[in-house]
Amino acid sequence: MVITGYVLEIAQVILALLLAPGLAGFVRWLKARLQNRRGAPPWQPYFELRKLFGKEVVMSNNASWLFRIAPYIIFASTITVTLLVPMIVAPLALDGMGDLLMVVYLLLLGTFFLALAGLDPGTAFGGMGASREMTVAAIAEPTIALAIFGLALSAGSTNLGRIVTQELANTAVTLSPGHILAFVALFIVTLAETGRLPVDNPATHLELTMIHEAMILEYSGRYLALIEWASWLKLTIFFTLLSNLFVPWGIATTFDPAALAVAVIALIVKLAVLGGIIAVVETRVAKLRLFRVPELLGASFVLALLAVTSSFVLK
Amino acid sequence: MPALFKKILQTGIVTEPLGPDEAEIIQLVAQVDRKVQQLLGRALAIREVDAGSCNGCELEITGLTGPVYDSERFGIHFVASPRHADMLLVTGPVTRNMEVPLRKTYEATPDPKLVVAVGDCAKTCGVFKGSYAVIGSIDKVIPVDVFVPGCPPEPADILRGILAALDRMPTKRT
Repeated sequence: MVITGYVLEIAQVILALLLAPGLAGFVRWLKARLQNRRGAPPWQPYFELRKLFGKEVVMSNNASWLFRIAPYIIFASTITVTLLVPMIVAPLALDGMGDLLMVVYLLLLGTFFLALAGLDPGTAFGGMGASREMTVAAIAEPTIALAIFGLALSAGSTNLGRIVTQELANTAVTLSPGHILAFVALFIVTLAETGRLPVDNPATHLELTMIHEAMILEYSGRYLALIEWASWLKLTIFFTLLSNLFVPWGIATTFDPAALAVAVIALIVKLAVLGGIIAVVETRVAKLRLFRVPELLGASFVLALLAVTSSFVLK
Repeated sequence: MPALFKKILQTGIVTEPLGPDEAEIIQLVAQVDRKVQQLLGRALAIREVDAGSCNGCELEITGLTGPVYDSERFGIHFVASPRHADMLLVTGPVTRNMEVPLRKTYEATPDPKLVVAVGDCAKTCGVFKGSYAVIGSIDKVIPVDVFVPGCPPEPADILRGILAALDRMPTKRT
């Protein structure tokens, strides 16, 4: 039983790694269709990864050892998060290893090293992107913690696996005002943290408007592949948090193969629905001016605060 | 908001199918290595370099990303940094001021890489020939794989030129 748990943990990491490029490709494909274009097929990111791993690495003369190790740290910290987030089964074997705070700060560790790597080669755009990313991360990060605290309060634990199992045991709680407010707050933060519109435009080629891409302009070959893969993985993690913490149905609570198969299908359906919502939102909204971004994130922080308050009052 | 999505649904996909090179204008200078074609064939990142063009070619290149020509359906997209690029799309005659930046951009692009020169100026310097500000055609500075003639060439021809380097050009119906 214990062994099965660890095998499932590894299976979950592999599943997340395989699903992440497909999810990014699906959002891109849907966006292309909404722009009346034919667009690249949803599996395009897999070709991109294969290409990048097959290419040479060109480094700036000014880049230090930090520039070399940063992609590995970013990739590793993101993978570690997938060990903690219940994707197909709850509670996980390594559930005791860390809770929601661990998830939030592991993601932030990746962001921190990405910003350092952006500063390292000393290019103008890298520094600008790093400064912007840190601004957004500093405002967005408390909201993630607070939004999930709203759920933790009704579940009585900050452990993600426990939040999911508690919700499955008491399904009425998923429609409580605290949960709905927390969902909206976390959704807005997801847009900011994963570099989607209206905070950052993932399809931009204008250096002056970039946040995420400005930091990785100096990366090439396999380093670029790792960073891109990690950012797609981050999108998958946030979508999984949004779907499995707020709509936990479908997730397996036992190691029964049939339940696990249902859980995988449910996860893919939930990710596709959220991907569809993101594509529609990105078609509809324009990018916010950088100085307006704190207002949007401030609004989501207030929503998260209301979520915690209402969960506390209604408990 | 409903009006926008209603319009999107009514319009449908406007991307035009890409026909073969009827006029036979694409000039493949060197046969690209088979392995390179396989590696870059399905995912190609392009960095556009203006070596001193009049911006006529740029106007046509902008059309590639639009819904009508949609280069993304072939897995071709434009990037902001030569380090992300697999192909340089170079336009114009090389001016004295752009010679060093062009060479540096070429060096900053990771191998394997391709170069497509767009427009008449790229090959013959066009109306700028003989100017004191121009040092010559693009292949005097960096190796070129494909020339796309035209002043300016149509977006469809530029797309065919890019695909010719990858050996993915639509073939003629016989």
